[in-house]
Amino acid sequence: MNMRKGIVGIVAILMVVSLMVSCSGKTKSENSKVTVNFWHLDSNDLHYPEWEKIAAKFMETHPNVDIKITVLENEAYKSKLATVMQSGNPPDIFRSWGGGVMNSYAESGLLKDITNEYKNKWDSKIGEGAVGVYSYKGKIYGLPYTMGGVGIWYNKELLAKVGYNTPPETWNDFLDCVKKLKAAGITPIALGEGDKWPGHFWWVYLAVRLGGKEAFDKATIGNGSFNDEPFVKAGELLQELIALKPFQEGFLAATYGGDQAALMGNGKAAMELMGQWAPAVEIGSSADKKGIGDKLGFMSFPAVEGGKGKLTDLMGGGDGLVIGKNAPKEAVEFLKYITSVENEKFLTTGPLGIVPTAIGAETALTDPNLVAINKAVSQAAYFQLYYDQYLPPATGEVVKDATQGLFAGTMGPKEVAAAVAASYQAEKK
Amino acid sequence: MDGKVSAIVGNNGSPGKKVQAKSHDKALFYALLLPAFLLVTLFIIWPVVNTVFYSFYDWNGFGPLKNFVGLKNLRTLFRDPLFWNALRNNGIVILFSVCVQLPIAFLLALLVSKSSSRPTIFFRTVFFLPYILSEIITGVIWRFIYHPQFGLLQQIFAKFAPDYSYTGFLADPKTVFVSILFVIFWKYFGFHMILYVAGLQGIPPEYHEAALIDGANPVQAFIYVTLPFMKNAIQMSLFFCIIGSLQVFDVIWSMGQGGPVHAAETAVVYLYKFGIKSSKMGFGSMVAIVIFVICLLFNVLYQRVINREEK
Repeated sequence: MNMRKGIVGIVAILMVVSLMVSCSGKTKSENSKVTVNFWHLDSNDLHYPEWEKIAAKFMETHPNVDIKITVLENEAYKSKLATVMQSGNPPDIFRSWGGGVMNSYAESGLLKDITNEYKNKWDSKIGEGAVGVYSYKGKIYGLPYTMGGVGIWYNKELLAKVGYNTPPETWNDFLDCVKKLKAAGITPIALGEGDKWPGHFWWVYLAVRLGGKEAFDKATIGNGSFNDEPFVKAGELLQELIALKPFQEGFLAATYGGDQAALMGNGKAAMELMGQWAPAVEIGSSADKKGIGDKLGFMSFPAVEGGKGKLTDLMGGGDGLVIGKNAPKEAVEFLKYITSVENEKFLTTGPLGIVPTAIGAETALTDPNLVAINKAVSQAAYFQLYYDQYLPPATGEVVKDATQGLFAGTMGPKEVAAAVAASYQAEKK
Repeated sequence: MDGKVSAIVGNNGSPGKKVQAKSHDKALFYALLLPAFLLVTLFIIWPVVNTVFYSFYDWNGFGPLKNFVGLKNLRTLFRDPLFWNALRNNGIVILFSVCVQLPIAFLLALLVSKSSSRPTIFFRTVFFLPYILSEIITGVIWRFIYHPQFGLLQQIFAKFAPDYSYTGFLADPKTVFVSILFVIFWKYFGFHMILYVAGLQGIPPEYHEAALIDGANPVQAFIYVTLPFMKNAIQMSLFFCIIGSLQVFDVIWSMGQGGPVHAAETAVVYLYKFGIKSSKMGFGSMVAIVIFVICLLFNVLYQRVINREEK
């Protein structure tokens, strides 16, 4: 009898203990190696080996470090990152665009302040404006390794077919060009509006050209709002473009990498509005993995007649890496390694084709388009980070949703502006 | 439970011993129950309680919980036309599944359950195959099939209806939801069919023979013999079907994230988009609670109906 009682007791204790052990997670490993979890989103076949190479080189000189890389596709990355952030366990070093989304992480203490390390121990220097995008309240939480702008990428050959040897410089001329391309049976613009962020570029850029820095400051920190005239007008101008049906069939469900970049890379569409990474993704997404080569041209977004913004005003952003709150010091060391002049040159000349941030690495730029972007970044009087990263996350989602409504014809310019204004009002602190 | 325990240990020895044995086995009973109880508490009850708690806050998911807003999230939710649109879409999935998917699955089950000849087994397997695929893979495959530039459908239209300009069913807010409904049908009808096949094969053939000898025609035999025997299978498949329709997410997400312009959003897609992706966990928790309550209400109602019928 007693023995049975004993067995019952033991069984119960075992079960509880095993449950506790399985919940408390990993036991400390005997291994003295430091693991650095590194998350990025350059999932293209040509691109992810670049990070593997850099990590391998780093581990060679730092044999006590084990860098574990997690690669996710863009949208999947954003979703998964939002989830791990909510669990309170950020990766050690991970891809970020800076701005409002990063600020909300920093505000909640999920990121590590690396101001000291950057100011005192860094080997390379990065432009102040670029570092600013990764700073919040005077503290630096990460660094960009590339910084660039969004503009119109065009297929020179296709534009020449309809008589444009130089690209259109004003919005009206741009619309004419679209009409001519359409008449010639060429898809004027490739767009992956299923992902929504590629389309929001159009609306934001028109607002930047129409209202300039003044309108944006008024709407965000002044006494104005996104209901102001430039933001409504941006929707109206965009509607004019949409009415010409310039996009490929089925663009509302198309994706950026799979459709938009592939159409450009295969020479099937004449133009796209995209950032500095466009040539690299076009090559990666094209059928022959070569893209259209020097037929690809870059121009800044057309000027809008009567707009207050300058032609040098640039909307864009950087790709950078930020450090999670629990990261070992080796993660910061790895970031320092990545942003060294030597490694940024390596990334610049490789398939990722970045526009580097480390001062001195820009000499590695050979592609005239990227040189032009690099120049535009350094000359921009007003640099606007993409809204979906700059604004609070919920408002960013509203901007993307609302502009998709405009593209689908279910929302008007006023409704788009009102939706963004209402969300910003509710979210700003 | 108690009755059973005493019955097993039961009738040996004196009443005193019996009481002892009883309390002893009670200890074993609780000891064996404990792990399951802890697991359920830890992984089901505790998260639900937490979610209810969060739903009263305006919270982005990682900051401190400090902004108590009471029922504001619920009011926002009920005032959002997109939420009603999502619920309406759930209603359509349920209606479609119950009125179209289940009857077709039943008919097919009748066709493939009779014999165990090779062709029947072949078709049974083929019909069941889509169910084995993961939801995400299903979504990706069908994205390709529907693709406006190089999809299978586009090729078919180009060949047989060259005048029709196919723009991609997933890209048009008017057609996207119907296209996804078709995929849901394609994916799940095999599962219900197998449930019915199992039920049909469990009917002893004597009943049919008796009915036919008594002069029933095949239709009568179906109505008075087959259907009553199939009651349990139908009840079960209805339950799975409705709960599944309320929770449908993966297939829709992988075929365009509920877009364009919210046309294919269901309640869980809405939760994911406006709760998790927008970093509004407080609001998202409220959405989750509302979905939970809807499922719970359905479950209670369903059990009531079933129990009443059994009485």
